[in-house]
Amino acid sequence: MEIRVEGLRKTYNGRPVLTNLSAVFREGITCIAAPSGTGKTTLLRLLLGLEQPEGGTIRGTDCRWAAVFQEDRLLEDLPAAGNLRFALGEVPGEAGELLARLGLDLSDPKPVREWSGGMKRRLALVRALLVPSDALALDEPFTGLDEENRARCLELIRERGRGKPVLLATHDLTGLEDAPVVRLEDR
Amino acid sequence: MAAKLRPWSVLFWLAAWQGGSMALAAAYPHGGLLLASPVRAALRLLALLPSSAFWRAVGNSSARIFGGFLLSCALALLLAALAAGRSWLRDLLAPPVAVVKAVPVASFIILALVWLDARSLSLFISALMVFPPVYLNVLEGLRQTDSKLLELAQVYRIPLRRRLWGIYLPQVLPYFRSAASLALGLCWKAGAAAEVIGLPAGTIGERLYTAKVYLQTPDLFAWTAVILALAAVFERLFLAAVDALARKAVR
Repeated sequence: MEIRVEGLRKTYNGRPVLTNLSAVFREGITCIAAPSGTGKTTLLRLLLGLEQPEGGTIRGTDCRWAAVFQEDRLLEDLPAAGNLRFALGEVPGEAGELLARLGLDLSDPKPVREWSGGMKRRLALVRALLVPSDALALDEPFTGLDEENRARCLELIRERGRGKPVLLATHDLTGLEDAPVVRLEDR
Repeated sequence: MAAKLRPWSVLFWLAAWQGGSMALAAAYPHGGLLLASPVRAALRLLALLPSSAFWRAVGNSSARIFGGFLLSCALALLLAALAAGRSWLRDLLAPPVAVVKAVPVASFIILALVWLDARSLSLFISALMVFPPVYLNVLEGLRQTDSKLLELAQVYRIPLRRRLWGIYLPQVLPYFRSAASLALGLCWKAGAAAEVIGLPAGTIGERLYTAKVYLQTPDLFAWTAVILALAAVFERLFLAAVDALARKAVR
């Protein structure tokens, strides 16, 4: 499976965000690297079908996506299990193990609004990795994580993202040196 | 900020009422008719309680007024859900909602008497008074729904039923709750007024009117207390049901 974009254009309030972008995303991790505000999120939103491009073509995106958005987008009044139940319909058996690998507890009854930013980010990532999907869009999934947790998350992304395109938008390529990189221009 | 209803202040005003009634009774030959004392009103209420006619009036009025409330809530929820994503429908509904909010309820009661029989009047008027606050509040709640969570649900292909429980209900219920609390007070006031004007047989409004015609002020106060009690009971029960739904939504 591959996702292909050609000549992609998008502007916001007359300001060009993406200009004539062409790229191919194949199975495995592809990094989308650029400084903040240079179109990483816009590109992912276009691929997820949340926005329409002003020009160019997008192919191969008509599939089941799972995503980590720029924000955590959790149901703040629910605990971890409730958030997974909302996204998946039930809590899968492997959820406890995945959360535990990232230092989280599935049986924690506290609503996630009482969690730290890093814990919420890890839960948002686990949710995306548990949802049955054909492609993953991860927008700065390591925000707020220390080095150790970042490495654990990356390991999990590699494991669970095997066999599908994983589009990983980040400004920090540490540990991702082996992955192809799509670089967006800084305007 | 609204002040709390303190027992001492309630007792003070009851004592003032009792004192006023006693002063009128002492000053005029039939002064007690003008303002029945709280004790006489309470005794009259106790005398009414065992009669089947009392409970029939309570049942008839409650069924119509609360029935109007429930029907209106259902319609307001449906139309708010439809209008949230359709600006033309919001624009279409804006004038009648503004008219119902602004026009005095007595005008509607008299107009409705031309169209409807007296028995349906309180149901119609109660429904009419309930619609604007519930519709407008629920609409506002829906419009404040977190668009980021809706995007998440779209990307994750979360079915509508789960979206309702996870996103819409927790968002809309607080708006609906405050509107329902306000509307329940309004519907009892307007519904009782409609019954007093329309005089459907075997209702609280009819009893209030009879009390006025025969200057039975203890009855007037007793029936007014019944309306207050019914409004409070229905409000508590309904809001408890809404709170139970909210707890179920946030699991």
